[in-house]
This record gives sequence, C-alpha cells and structure tokens, in this order.
Amino acid sequence: MTNDILAQALVYLVAAVVFVPLSKRLGLGAVLGYLIGGVTIGPFVLGFVGGEGHHVMRFAEFGVVMMLFIVGLELRPSLLWQLRRPIFGLGGAQVLVTALAGAGAAIGVGVATKPALAIGMTFAMSSTAIVLASLTERNMMKTNGGQSAFSVLLFQDISVIPILAIFPLLGVVAGQEITDVTAESGRPGWLSALFVIGAVLLVIFIGRVLVRPLFRFLAGAQLRESFTAAALMIVVGIAFLMESVGLSPALGTFLAGVVLADSEYRHELETDIEPFKGLLLGLFFISVGAQIDFGLVGSEPLAIAGIVLATMLGKLVILHVLGRLFGLDRPARWMLAFALAQIGEFSFVLLSFATQERIFDPALANLLTAAVAISMVLTPPMFIVLERFVLPRVTDDEADKRPQDDIVAAETPVVIAGYGRFGQMVGRILRANGIPLTILDLDPEMVDIVGRLGIKVYYGDASRVDLLHAAGCAQARLFVLAVDDKEQATQIARNVREHFPKLEILARCRDRPHYWELRSLGVKRVFRETFGSAYETGIAALQSLGYRAHTALRLARKWRDHEEHVLEELGEVWGSGDRDSYFARTRNAMDEAERLMRQEDPKVFVERDAGWDNESLRADPEPTEAVDAADAPF
Amino acid sequence: MRRILIQFAHPVLERSRVNRHLVEAVRELPNVTINDLYERYPDLSIDVAYEQQLLDDHDVIVFQHPFYWYSCPAILKEWQDLVLEHGWAYGKGGDHLRGKITFNAITAGGPKSAYHRAGYNRFTTRELLSPWDQTAHLCGMRYLGPFVVHGTLRIAKHDDMHAASAAYRKLIEAVRDDRVDLDRAGDSDDLHHDLSKVVA
Repeated sequence: MTNDILAQALVYLVAAVVFVPLSKRLGLGAVLGYLIGGVTIGPFVLGFVGGEGHHVMRFAEFGVVMMLFIVGLELRPSLLWQLRRPIFGLGGAQVLVTALAGAGAAIGVGVATKPALAIGMTFAMSSTAIVLASLTERNMMKTNGGQSAFSVLLFQDISVIPILAIFPLLGVVAGQEITDVTAESGRPGWLSALFVIGAVLLVIFIGRVLVRPLFRFLAGAQLRESFTAAALMIVVGIAFLMESVGLSPALGTFLAGVVLADSEYRHELETDIEPFKGLLLGLFFISVGAQIDFGLVGSEPLAIAGIVLATMLGKLVILHVLGRLFGLDRPARWMLAFALAQIGEFSFVLLSFATQERIFDPALANLLTAAVAISMVLTPPMFIVLERFVLPRVTDDEADKRPQDDIVAAETPVVIAGYGRFGQMVGRILRANGIPLTILDLDPEMVDIVGRLGIKVYYGDASRVDLLHAAGCAQARLFVLAVDDKEQATQIARNVREHFPKLEILARCRDRPHYWELRSLGVKRVFRETFGSAYETGIAALQSLGYRAHTALRLARKWRDHEEHVLEELGEVWGSGDRDSYFARTRNAMDEAERLMRQEDPKVFVERDAGWDNESLRADPEPTEAVDAADAPF
Repeated sequence: MRRILIQFAHPVLERSRVNRHLVEAVRELPNVTINDLYERYPDLSIDVAYEQQLLDDHDVIVFQHPFYWYSCPAILKEWQDLVLEHGWAYGKGGDHLRGKITFNAITAGGPKSAYHRAGYNRFTTRELLSPWDQTAHLCGMRYLGPFVVHGTLRIAKHDDMHAASAAYRKLIEAVRDDRVDLDRAGDSDDLHHDLSKVVA
C-alpha cells in the first residue's frame, strides 16, 4: 500500500520533472507540459497510472482551491468591488448565453430538452485552473483581457451553486419537490440558505478577527513550518466548511483570500501556499491528461471532434461578441475569447452529478467527459496561437504602449526590507516626503509595534524570491536593504540582483568584509551601519576639543573621503585572500590618514585652503601704487 | 539703548589675525549679541526662522567679516539669499527690517591707499560694498559707512591690533547708546577713519 503510493507519487513527479521543463523550453508553456505528461503516463500510452485517476483528481482539485485563495489575496475588497460590472455583467451574460446556445445545439442534434439544458450549463463553464495558470504564465493576468477572463471565471464559480441546485429538477425521475435540491444534506432550502450565509459570515469573521492573533502567536514561536501549517489549515478548513454547506470550496477560499488581502500577513500567506498550489495544480493538469479515454476517442472520433470543435468555436464567437458589447478593446476581446473557449474542470463534477441524477446515460456522459478533457488540453495551444498569431495582428501600437491598470494595489516605488532601527530611519525620511513604501520585516513584534503607529509592514522573509515578487520588486524603482542579519542581507542582495537586475539597491552592511561582499554582488551603494553615527561623533569630539564647528566638519569630510577611497582599495586586497598584505595595507592607510589630517590641522601646518589663508601674502613686498594688481591682495 | 546684532562670518577663525581680536573686544558688551555664523551652521544650512527672529529682536545689524574678494565669505551670501525673504524683508508686507541701522565691519589686507580710484583696487571700499548698501536700502534700513581695518597683513604689533579693537568697541558702544551722528556716519567712507567725526 505504502509502496504503491510512493510508486504513484514517483510516476507523477517524474512526469512533471521531465515534461514541464521540456515543454517550457519548446515555448509551449508549463500547463501543456503537465497535460502531455499526463497523457503519456496515462492508460493509453505507458499505462503507469490508470483507474485511480479520479481519486487523484479529487485530491488535485485542491490546487484550484489554493489558486483561488491566492488570487483572492491579491484582490482587495475595494478592487473586487471595482470588478463588479465585468463579473456580474459580462460573466452573467456569458453563462446565460452559452448555456442557452449549448442547449439549443444539443436539441438540434436530437438530445431531449432536459439533458440538453444540463449540457448547455455544463459547457458554459471554462477552466479556471488552466486559464489562470496560462494567463499568469504569459503575464497576461493584469491586462484588460486577462481581468475580463478572470471576472467571467469568477462568475462561473459562483454560478456552479445554482446550477447544482437546478440539476435534480432536470432528472428523468422528476416529479420530486424542490426540497430535493438539497436532498443529500436532508435540509430544507431555507435552512440551506441560512447555512450558506452563516458560512460566508464565518469566513469573514475568521479572516478579520482570528487570523491576525493566530499568526502573531505563531510568529512569536519563530517556526517557519508552523506558519505553513497554519496557512494550509486556514485554506483546508475553509474549503471543508464550504463544502459541508454545499458551496464551492474554491469560492470559499477565494472569499477568504479577499478578506485577508488587507492583512499584513498577506505576502507570507501567499508565499506559504504558493508551492503547494503549484504542485497540486500540476498534479491536477497531469490527471486531466491521464483521464482522457483514448479508447472512446478512437471508437467515436468524429462525434468527439464534432463536439469539441462546435463547442469551442461557439464559445469563442459568443465571448467575442459579448466582449464587444461590454466595450472591451480588440486585443482584450480576442484574449477573452481564446482564453475561455474550452470547457472547464467543473464540468467533470457537473457531468458525474448529472449521471448520478440520471439526467443522461453514462455513455453520453463519457463522450462528453472526453470532449471536456480534450478541449482543456487544447487550451495551451490556443494560447500559443493567440500570442503568436492573433494578438500581434489585433494590437494597435498605441493601445500596446498604454500602461495597463493593475490588479494588485501595493506597487510602490520603494521596497524596504527590514524595518528595524536602520530601515525605520530611512523609511521615515521617505514617508515624510510622501513617498509610498512597501515594507517587509521578519520580526513579528516590529510588525506589530510599527503597525500600531499606523504603518503597514508586511511580515515575511525577504530572502525568498516569490516574496520579492509579491512585494512588487518588478515595478519598484528602489530597494532599500536594511536587514541586520549579515547572511540574510547577502542572500537578499543576491536574489534581487539576479531576479531584478535593473532595480537599484541601497544596502546596509555590517562590517568591511560584508561591505566588499555586497559590492562584489553588484550593489553600487553600500552603507556601513554604524558609520554615520560614528562619523558624527567624531565631528562632535573635535568640536568638544575646541575646533570650530565648520573646521571640524571639513576635517571629518576630508578624512571620510580618504577612508572611502581606501575602503575600495582594501577590498581588492581582501578579495585576493592575502591577509598579511591586507593588514599591512590597512596599517599603511591609517598612517596615511593621520598624515593627511596633520596637514589639515590648522594649528599644526597650513597648506590646504590657502584661498582662505593670507600667510603667503605676508611674504610679498609691501603693495604700492606701482605694484601690479596681479599680486596684490584685497 | 539700541540692541546690536553682530553677524559674524569667518570660515577659519583659527587663522584670523584681526577679526578674533575685534570680536573679543565687543563680546562682553551689554545689549550686543554675536551670532557666529560658521559655528552655528557648519554645513551652511541656515535656520531661517531663527535668523529672522534674531533680526526682529535687534535694532542694529552689523556684518563683521573679512573682505574676501571685495565681498564676504560664502555663508553670508547664503544667509542673505535665504533670510531676506520677499514679504518679510522687502516687497509687500516685507517691513521687518524697516528703520533698523546696518553697516559692515570688515578687515582688508590691502592698505587704505589701494582702495581708491588711483589705487590698485580701483574702487573705494564703500563703492565695493554698494550691493550691501542697496540691499539695506531695499529693506528700508539705514546704511552707514563701513568700519574698515586696513592692512591686516602688516598688523603685527600688539599696539596696532589693540588700537583697532578699541576703535571698534568705541563705535559699537556709541551706536548702541545713540551717540553717533547718523547723517555723517551714513556719508562716511570709513567709520574707523572718521570715528572722531561721527561719535559725539
């Protein structure tokens, strides 16, 4: 048994590891890689996996749930409100029109009215998983078309609930009452509605009230895993809650994500869930590929091809027309139509439910299931066609140059990593000048204290690349690296340099070796963390000893210039690894500085600032009327 | 008794030969405030509100400085540019300096004879100070002739230094105590030279 699970896991992982990078390298995208991998290990090619595909799929569907949670995290309630028109208008129109058209077509080919309606509603769904993954993969998520597609998908997710409620009414063994809608739970309809409202309120309550103290408590323990566990617990718990009241788990976690989008733990949650989402979603795509019943496809090729082609073409046309009606520009219309032309994973659920309700016979359901799977597999190629051939033709240069509206709100010109004594000072100066900041810190107490001052600090480990992405490093103009931990700072600098090479970094460093290390990573400006205050203390010390304030400042500046020059020079010696010559050069440099200062010291020797000095003039002959103005003093 | 503010500017007082003696001569006088600009603003960033308050609190403003390049050290120019704001020092509503008395107290390396049309400096000190004269005029102030210590390079003898300091002290006290003929002082080319003529 255990061996079996391990073998299964190995097969799936190998498929992912082999096919995904291959597919990406060929420019086909990761999603298609997973799907091809699934087909390959499936019963009709290699036969490594077989009948249990359904169970794996059930498990893998959780990837979709997690994806919607993360999508929700990036959508603040205010942004969601802004999307209400595309969601309910465009989304509602798409589901209604596609369902009716699908039903009409089914009746046209001789299906009875009730099953035809069920088919129409099933085929109105698109694949949230494949579409969102493909949009994200191609950086299309934030474009007009991407946002519209997302809005429609969101409405589809919502509409699954009433569709599931309508299905029993379409069964051949009809004649039962409406209470049958929720027959499996044995609750009357009004009570179900109350349960649903209660569950939604509970999700909001959990997100608003419980999560923050929970995470603060966990953060105090300083254990990474407990954070990850808590994040998973929230997602799984909400999915469970939603399912038990008959709501879509994906919708529930999406809602939870939206509620948590304002939380300071947003980036952290996103970072924790992301790898699970990625893996499970991959598993999901693989199982979609593995599920395609090629036996059936082989026996009824024309029927299936007809269904797939007719459906995708029909959906494409409907989406394009609706996009036009709802005022989308040309590229957005085409993107919407190409993205959502497939039939989605919810259809698997709806089809099995429909079979269960005896709306149509299993043979038809199998045929339709195969068509759904094939249309999903065709989606990544559709995206390739869209990207390579369609978009270049329909995009006006002008529209292309116009910056797209952003779905993510927190994109600031400055990202500060580390908001302790150092970062706060930098941040306060910037804030005082009205510059918006995205602040990351790993100390929960600091997040809390600064939060109480009304400053939003995101809790999270800035050395993780995904968190840097989430913080908006791709758009930021400046990255202030102010964490106190040496190794961590170096790691962050390395990641920022590697993944955002254009982003300017101002870095705090601990000591000289750290200074050179950061410099060698390509950080142009590095500041020794205690240099500023020590420098000021030095100036104050000179003043205390009776130096004029202006003189003390000038002397200290001279010394600093020398110091900084030597620091760069010593870096090369340090880098060579020769410690003897390093220390020799350092001693030498100190002597140099002292000699320089003695020259500068006005009480000992006057050479510099001769412009202010009139000693040299004393040696001149007494100026007379005859003396030329050239060597005469004022 | 008039209140006197001495706006003192010398970037390297350590090397000063004359100015530090002049400052010492008036430092302890009642009703005299010395504002050591380079000491207060080592990086030349002037606190405008503070400076304007100082001006408000005094009746006589003396600018004491070496006559670098026929003018003043950099900080005094910065001070003028920032503190003498439109609407405060001049222009509409700019009446804070109106009626105050002002003059320069300068030290110059060249002898008095050099500051003459026929001398190698070609202009009198008073002529070279005409921007200060006009600035005062625009702000509604009464501009007196400069107090000049000439030939600072040659002042080696303690007695000479002492004489210059005493004269400066005498002038400051007389202005403070209203014992100066302001009309004559306004016409003077050099209050140091004309001291006996302008002080009653």
